[in-house]
Amino acid sequence: MSIRDIFSVNRKKQRGNFSATKEKDFPEDLMTKCPECRKIHVTKAVEQNLKVCPNCQHHLKLTAQERVAIFLDEGSFTSLDDHLQTTNPLGFPAYVEKIEVDKKKTGLNEAVLTGVGTLQGDKVVVAIMDSHFRMGSMGSVVGEKITRAIEKATELRVPFIIFTASGGARMQEGVLSLMQMAKTSVALSRHSEMGLLYISILTHPTTGGVSASFASVGDFNIAEPQALIGFAGRRVIEQTVREKLPDDFQTAEFLLAHGQLDAIFHRHEMRDKVATIVKLHRKGEATHV
Amino acid sequence: MSKIMPFEEPVIKLREKIDELKHIAQDAEVDMSGEIEKLEARLEQLEKSIYSNMAPWDRVQVARHPERPTTLAYIDAIFEDFIELHGDRLFGDDAAIVGGIASFNGQPITIIGHQRGKTTKENIRRNFGMPHPEGYRKALRLMKQAEKFNRPIVCFIDTKGAYPGKAAEERGQSEAIARNLIEMAGLKVPVISIVIGEGGSGGALALGVANRILMLENSTYSVISPEGAASILWKDASLAKQAAEAMKITAPDLMDMKIIDTIIPEVAGGAHRDIDKQAKVMKEHLTATLEDLSVLNEEELVQDRYEKFKAIGQFIEN
Repeated sequence: MSIRDIFSVNRKKQRGNFSATKEKDFPEDLMTKCPECRKIHVTKAVEQNLKVCPNCQHHLKLTAQERVAIFLDEGSFTSLDDHLQTTNPLGFPAYVEKIEVDKKKTGLNEAVLTGVGTLQGDKVVVAIMDSHFRMGSMGSVVGEKITRAIEKATELRVPFIIFTASGGARMQEGVLSLMQMAKTSVALSRHSEMGLLYISILTHPTTGGVSASFASVGDFNIAEPQALIGFAGRRVIEQTVREKLPDDFQTAEFLLAHGQLDAIFHRHEMRDKVATIVKLHRKGEATHV
Repeated sequence: MSKIMPFEEPVIKLREKIDELKHIAQDAEVDMSGEIEKLEARLEQLEKSIYSNMAPWDRVQVARHPERPTTLAYIDAIFEDFIELHGDRLFGDDAAIVGGIASFNGQPITIIGHQRGKTTKENIRRNFGMPHPEGYRKALRLMKQAEKFNRPIVCFIDTKGAYPGKAAEERGQSEAIARNLIEMAGLKVPVISIVIGEGGSGGALALGVANRILMLENSTYSVISPEGAASILWKDASLAKQAAEAMKITAPDLMDMKIIDTIIPEVAGGAHRDIDKQAKVMKEHLTATLEDLSVLNEEELVQDRYEKFKAIGQFIEN
């Protein structure tokens, strides 16, 4: 599949799936301002460019559904565990209400969409975090959905691919959120033990507990350009070390330079490149004894 | 003189009063044994009610007490023939995490733990027990060594959290923590983690993917410090006391949430009041826990850890 084809998939999907782009008579909906270069573009043009700014190549945030549409083979995706519901284990005021608002806003049951699909013909299990849902933060349901997706990949003996986008652990679920880092790790360990492929694709932003667990331990750690990736927040670090941090601190490019990433792929080439990695790991492809 | 925590002030005051009375009685040669006896009975009552009804914030103060026993104190009291091992073989040696081999009840064992300092000078050297990536990588190296030689691993958790510094990010602290989680999941030897002070966020969890997690009664384990939680949730770090309650970070809370397996009782007023007695109690728990795990083979140990963490989380399935 060429880049042109991905665009056409995107166009087709737009009409059906993209409820996020409501038709309104305001220019704000018709026009999109790039948060990076501040240039204003026709929204449709930005969407047809896979939400990459045509001027400065800034990668705008995608919803989980948009990611499915541009990454997997058309119509191949079946979601998993949409029925899991968030509770309020610590009894935080208005927590459940906030979850309800984001459910309506995103059409997701939590901050990650998981499921089975094909990538240029190869069956894969994917998990796609969505930062539009409570900043993509990880509580019990996010941890459980990702864990079950990894287990599914292990059961099907197929690669597991995750797109991370998260502010980290969800404060409102306290230490239960912290423990989801360990929970997803025990599942990944088993998937890895079976000799199966795990690709982690870090998108903007991937920070805190998500950065310090599954996001950083892929067989391949890939990132989108300019994505913010790091454990501690910039402000906290600046206060601790009392020095100004470089502008590119905790960007994908910074991580690549410090040996923390295998590669940075532009969104336009992400699907083809990742599909190639998956192809090179098909069972029986390597023929040494 | 030991640092007095606000919640225990009534106990301390009464104890001082009794001591004073004893002196007066001795000096004046009058018999006040009746009064003293009454006051001592009241002291016992008071101690019981105060130390058995500690609020979360009281426990945070005990967990942070400058004289609270550290990893090295427990190693000294519980294990024999300890040899400290240094370095991650990649970058350096992080003094915020200590580790080594020793003998426990006659059996070889690997011990790893966060290490706070007792003095300002030592705290600076040990970065207040907040590790850099090389600390987690040293810990992992020692865990893999333990696995090779088939000896159990005990981890002491006692950190405010990972160090939020520039160098820590440059050297990949996310990866270092994440690597420990996934590698600990697959260890083919028994792993026991004991929270002895503060268990803060990813820096604590990096020594925490264990078959059994034990917590000292007055220790805490949380996704973020109470101050951090208060500043994120309410934009005001001074609301730490309220955050300590809201975030459910005490040993009984974690027991309720089915995250930890055992609460190790502390001597009245906190472990620092009698380190030898506390170490003895801890040794009993450690002995029993190791015995429990000794029946599991390699595969079962990994499976046991899988099931333990897979079960953590609260949600509705319908």
